[in-house]
Amino acid sequence: MKRRKGYRNLTQRLGFGLLTLVALMTVLPIVAIVAYIVYMGLPAITWEFLTQFPTHGMRSGGIMPAIVGTVFLTLLTTLLCVPLGIAAAVYLAEYATENRFTRLIRLALITLAGIPSVVYGLFGLGMFVIFFQMGTSILAASLTLSIMTLPVVITTAEEAMRSVPQAFRTVSTSLGATSWKTVRRIILPEALPGILTGVILGLERAAGETAPILFTGAVFSLPTLPSSVLSPTMALPYHLYVIATQVPEMPLSIQYGTALVLLGFVLILNIIATIIRSRARARRQW
Amino acid sequence: MDKIAIENLSLQYSDGTESLQNVTLGIREKAITVLFGPAGGGKSSLLRCLNRLNDLTEVRAVSGRILLDGEDILEPKTDVIALRRKVGMVFARPVVLPGTVRSNLIYGLELMGERRKSKLDEAVERSLKQAALWEEVRSRLDDPAIALSGGQQQRLCLARSLALEPEVILLDEPTSGLDPLSTGKVEASLQDLKREYTVVLVPHSIQQAARTADYAAFFLQGEMVEFQDGREIFTSPREKRTEDYITGRFG
Amino acid sequence: MNNTAGWREFTITHVIKIAGYSAILFVLLIFFFLLREGLPALAEVSVRDLLSTRWYPTEGLFGILPLITGSLIVTLGAAMVAVPFGIGTAIYIAEISPRWLREVLKPVVEVLGGLPSVMLGFLGIMIFAPDLRVMLSLPTGLSALTGSLLLGAIAIPTVVSVSEDALDAIPRAYREGAWALGATRWQTIWRVTLPAARSGVLTAVMLGIGRAIGETMTVMMVTGNAPIMATYLGALISPVRTMTATIAAEMGEVATGSVHYHVLFFIGIMLFIASLAVNITASAIIFRKRKRSERILS
Repeated sequence: MKRRKGYRNLTQRLGFGLLTLVALMTVLPIVAIVAYIVYMGLPAITWEFLTQFPTHGMRSGGIMPAIVGTVFLTLLTTLLCVPLGIAAAVYLAEYATENRFTRLIRLALITLAGIPSVVYGLFGLGMFVIFFQMGTSILAASLTLSIMTLPVVITTAEEAMRSVPQAFRTVSTSLGATSWKTVRRIILPEALPGILTGVILGLERAAGETAPILFTGAVFSLPTLPSSVLSPTMALPYHLYVIATQVPEMPLSIQYGTALVLLGFVLILNIIATIIRSRARARRQW
Repeated sequence: MDKIAIENLSLQYSDGTESLQNVTLGIREKAITVLFGPAGGGKSSLLRCLNRLNDLTEVRAVSGRILLDGEDILEPKTDVIALRRKVGMVFARPVVLPGTVRSNLIYGLELMGERRKSKLDEAVERSLKQAALWEEVRSRLDDPAIALSGGQQQRLCLARSLALEPEVILLDEPTSGLDPLSTGKVEASLQDLKREYTVVLVPHSIQQAARTADYAAFFLQGEMVEFQDGREIFTSPREKRTEDYITGRFG
Repeated sequence: MNNTAGWREFTITHVIKIAGYSAILFVLLIFFFLLREGLPALAEVSVRDLLSTRWYPTEGLFGILPLITGSLIVTLGAAMVAVPFGIGTAIYIAEISPRWLREVLKPVVEVLGGLPSVMLGFLGIMIFAPDLRVMLSLPTGLSALTGSLLLGAIAIPTVVSVSEDALDAIPRAYREGAWALGATRWQTIWRVTLPAARSGVLTAVMLGIGRAIGETMTVMMVTGNAPIMATYLGALISPVRTMTATIAAEMGEVATGSVHYHVLFFIGIMLFIASLAVNITASAIIFRKRKRSERILS
């Protein structure tokens, strides 16, 4: 009996050890990646790098237009996607009853969430660039990105609203509120942190994606900043791709610098989302 | 004079449970009517019919009439929003809305579009006095409502309904989570309130029913077994089932 | 509808309802435009040619089989990386690690999930491909193997978070029951908790695979982009081309309306259907599990 028990404990210790190793092998490289990019890219980050146009065929100078381009795209995507997404989530969480049609909507959301980003690019090309004749433009790219981001926003917003206690709705209704008034005055404010977290995480993805903007809005080189939403733009992820694969004699520092700026953009959004989430949890009145 | 006349009310939920069976009952105005009985009797369901709060739940079939001041509130064309201002409700667990004491109280008025600060302040003071909460809370109007004690929160919920100047107040086991002192304060408020309002109360114990009832109805599994004067029913009930319940043979 | 609510409420309710149904509209639009530009390929290139094994658009050869096998081999490789590491890490986080460590590990894994794929592709070119070439004495570092490793890394966060949620959702009572019967924690994990969470874990794997199928930039940068038929074992260490990379790489250079253009859209249709199948199956599993557990618990 004692021998049996020792054997089981040994198995457990080996097993736990193995899994610990697996977890470490998964997690440590992530830290290493981030650290490495910071290490290699930091020397390139100067004020000039962040605010100047590129020169010598991108081999020196700054990446400002790419940064500005990504910011424009992200902002416009937010504008297009967030109101629609929140409204759709309100419908699913507060108005819809669970029937055949709502199941269809959810199926559509799952579908949208699973479509590869390059297929979104094709769609954007076919519909916005060609059919609606927007040409390669910020508008076409942002429309494409916003449809791509929609499922994430809707799903997180809906979950955030559902987590608001039902009792609030009952009380609000008993005091003479309509569905919309209850949503506007109680549900949305209380669900806001969760909604914001979802929005930010969705935008984080949109900012880093290359494939959807490849044929719809991104170009490698522009002499000036985009003049309107119908102009094409440079963008950070696309810029990184091109300078890493298609420009000969590209200084390493510029490549890593660009990667670091992109990483920084994404991480900052991530951190903001995490802060919102934890502060909301602390302040919650229910 | 019957403020609310319930005629042949039957209710069935979507999952098939039959909640109310052919209930006919008259609620006198400016009195406390108590609906008592064991769990599952349909008391809460009946209460929720009186302010059409049952619209929020999965109800399969409703039949019969409920006449409030002579008008059937079960008609589709009823203005439910106005109805719910007229018929206020206090729930079993105190549910304060997120926000301050003041914002809770004026919530209903703001929903109506009332913006004048004077009116709102006046409503705040009046309703808190009616709920016997004014002295305790007058200096804490801008504190988060959730900082109040359980008993205070429940009286806040009562005040919140009163701020809308309803005509009927429904209370569904309002003191079930409260200590005896708070319970006593709530019951005392009800005695004051019945002078101006029609009160329908589902008590959380028979003792509370006996203490407060002007009229009482005994509900058993969706059926209203007996309805009579509050003092009589607890001492000399007419139905055997009522007597069995009151004396504790089941329940 | 009644008087107090009024027209404003009516309009708002309907705007919200339309917003809710917009998701369906978008799916239909996407499908429509893909078909519009992709179906002509079937008219312009015979099915037999499409299923041939040589992809040389410049010479009019549109065999998409090499692309399909390229995607498959890279996805399979990614699964072989993501499944053990993803599930293993999820088990570690959910069952073994102390609480404080959990709060550290979960955000770190989430960071990986947020990393742009182009960045991982970049690191692939810079570090992983050359290192792998040296370490394994390969002719080239840009191969299906490198692609699989990186894709696996990209799929891991999805697998970890969905699996961890599934494991976490198993009621404590299951574990306590096993402990009460004398099982060690290790035995409990493998015989009780994991089997109970198996549909959630399966969903996690499928969603991870779905993510891998759809990846574009990373594979485009590290798999070498040679459209060869990846049907032999050695293909793992040779360059391949995935469907996604093909579209991304060649779309910029085709003339609108040309055969090449239509075929690329056609490949897009196939990708759409493939990821649709994977994601819907994954969700159906979760949906059925939830219904069953609701029935059991009620």
